[in-house]
Amino acid sequence: MILKVLKYSFSDLIRSRWSYVYLAFYLVLGFVLLFLNDNLSKAVITLMNIVVVLTPMIGTIFGIMYFYNSREFTELLLAQPIRRRTIFLGQYLGVSLSLSLSLVLGLGIPFILYGITQSSQIWDFATLLISGTFLTFIFTGLSIFIGLLNSNKIKGFGYAILMWLFFAVIYDGIFLISLVVFDDYPLDKFTLFASFFNPIDLSRIMILLKLDISALLGYTGALFQKFFGTGQGLIVAFTMLLLWVAGPMFLLVKKSSKKDF
Amino acid sequence: MRLTIVSILLFLLVQVGHTSTWNICSTCPMQTLEEAILKAAPLDTVRVQKGIYTCSDLELRKPITLIGEEGAVLDGLGTGYVLKILSDSVSISGFKIINSGRSYTKDFAAIYTYRANYFTLSNLEIVDPFFGILLEKSKNGTVINNLIYGVSKREADSGNGIHLWHCKNVFVENNEVYGLRDGIYLEFVDDSQVIENYTHNNLRYGLHFMFSNRDEYVDNVFENNGAGVAVMFSKFIVMKENRFTHNWGTASYGLLLKEIYDAEVIDNAFTENTIGIFIDGSTRINYTGNLFEQNGWAIKVSGGCYTNKFYENNFIGNSFDISYNSKMNDNSFNGNYWSDYTGYDLDKDGIGDVPYRPVKLFSYIVNNTPETIILLRSLFVDIINFSEKVSPVFTPDDLIDNQPSIMSF
Repeated sequence: MILKVLKYSFSDLIRSRWSYVYLAFYLVLGFVLLFLNDNLSKAVITLMNIVVVLTPMIGTIFGIMYFYNSREFTELLLAQPIRRRTIFLGQYLGVSLSLSLSLVLGLGIPFILYGITQSSQIWDFATLLISGTFLTFIFTGLSIFIGLLNSNKIKGFGYAILMWLFFAVIYDGIFLISLVVFDDYPLDKFTLFASFFNPIDLSRIMILLKLDISALLGYTGALFQKFFGTGQGLIVAFTMLLLWVAGPMFLLVKKSSKKDF
Repeated sequence: MRLTIVSILLFLLVQVGHTSTWNICSTCPMQTLEEAILKAAPLDTVRVQKGIYTCSDLELRKPITLIGEEGAVLDGLGTGYVLKILSDSVSISGFKIINSGRSYTKDFAAIYTYRANYFTLSNLEIVDPFFGILLEKSKNGTVINNLIYGVSKREADSGNGIHLWHCKNVFVENNEVYGLRDGIYLEFVDDSQVIENYTHNNLRYGLHFMFSNRDEYVDNVFENNGAGVAVMFSKFIVMKENRFTHNWGTASYGLLLKEIYDAEVIDNAFTENTIGIFIDGSTRINYTGNLFEQNGWAIKVSGGCYTNKFYENNFIGNSFDISYNSKMNDNSFNGNYWSDYTGYDLDKDGIGDVPYRPVKLFSYIVNNTPETIILLRSLFVDIINFSEKVSPVFTPDDLIDNQPSIMSF
């Protein structure tokens, strides 16, 4: 049943104009970057800046928009003998999957045409796409959850954007200020720890370390490199990202089962 | 310098008529190097043919020319020095030298000179030595076309490829050194040239100057060393047309300048180094025509640097162009090309109409709290950099390029 809802949401989004605009955006971005740069490594770095900021934002906005727009259909579904969990998880997965597909196809096609598969950059690029996909799932989930909490569209939108802003900018600001203020204390463990609680930071650092600029990071970087460089560290990082996906999903299911529509 | 070499050669040529040549091989009347050197008169030539010859702590106390033919190998048996040159006008060429000794108390070397002038060491291949060529208190010599390599793992138990101590007028050209501690090391060495050498994969520095004045190094390549070149406590050094590539690591840099006065850094290329140039307490240095590409920090300026001039350099795609640890600035950065420059040029004179600020706020923050580097390339950092650019508060407000070039040089 969940697959049916998923399929419906997915095909609904796939047919919508915005998915194509999103896909086209990434296609154009990919081709233009490669056209201007001609250097896969540099293109991957530029892309990182974009992916890490943009995918969460698009996930957030799409998630909340879709939730509010399909409210009538959701209510129709709720009247059917279908479990609530099925409905909302199905919708959530539908939105995240279609967005991720746009991302992977939109960036994948230009880079594959440029021969990324024969290049040593393939793993950096794969990390980039994987973290982009993770970020899409995480932020779509969070924004649908916010939608569930707020019946008022304006409020919901506001909170969702604020949530994105928090993770994309404000968190780093607080992080930076606390690092500067507590300068006299050993901070490397704190740095590692704090970066786990923001999926955007986590993905950014994972990609940065892959991109061989880890040497810039000095002693702190050595710690990070040691941590993420090992299979264990990578497993921990991915587990953390998975938890970040699972958390909103869990909240979503819990909230939806109690919500009074 | 060149004149002296020519005069030596002329001198040798004149002498040739009076000298004889001794051949050494397994079937010759003379079979060991010791015997030949004992019997040879000053200015004689000893030719060593193919074969492996044991040669440990062999002292050369008269002017002599040793020539190794193809396949001539000197085996030091791992006990001490291999050849010790203690006389003027010795020339050694063409040997492969293996098994020179290792010690924690003595500086054993494959070739060692002491108070020897007018020497020539050429076309040698030195395999896994402690020190490769060690020159002490020697003047007017040439070290050319040698290949020195080892498999050093730790700084503490490895030596340097070419080590000069208290020397003058030495010419080090076209040598390749890898897998040792320092590639080439000059300590108390004046008026010498280091040209067209290639040092790579050494544990510490590719080239290292200490207390050496009026030297120049030109057209060398330093790649993948612990750090490329360290120049310390020296005056009037000319650094020209060298390439510093991929000296990459947590504490690595292309060029380190520490207490350097009146030097010239011209037309060098710094590519993919963690820090391109690290400058500490250096004054009256001109940097011009250099290329800084894809470095972590192109230039990191520490304290006590005055009246340095940077002009007509290219800064392309570095994570940080310039890092400064104080608000005071006495150096000039006018007339460079910065790839991060976003200004415009309305009067089309090739010079940007808006000044460029090479020090970003984030580089200032990272200087004070190194851990914050983890926020590199995050959106927040871009935002604070932008706001600092608009109204500088923390970065030196006179550190400006007033004439940033629109095109690269």
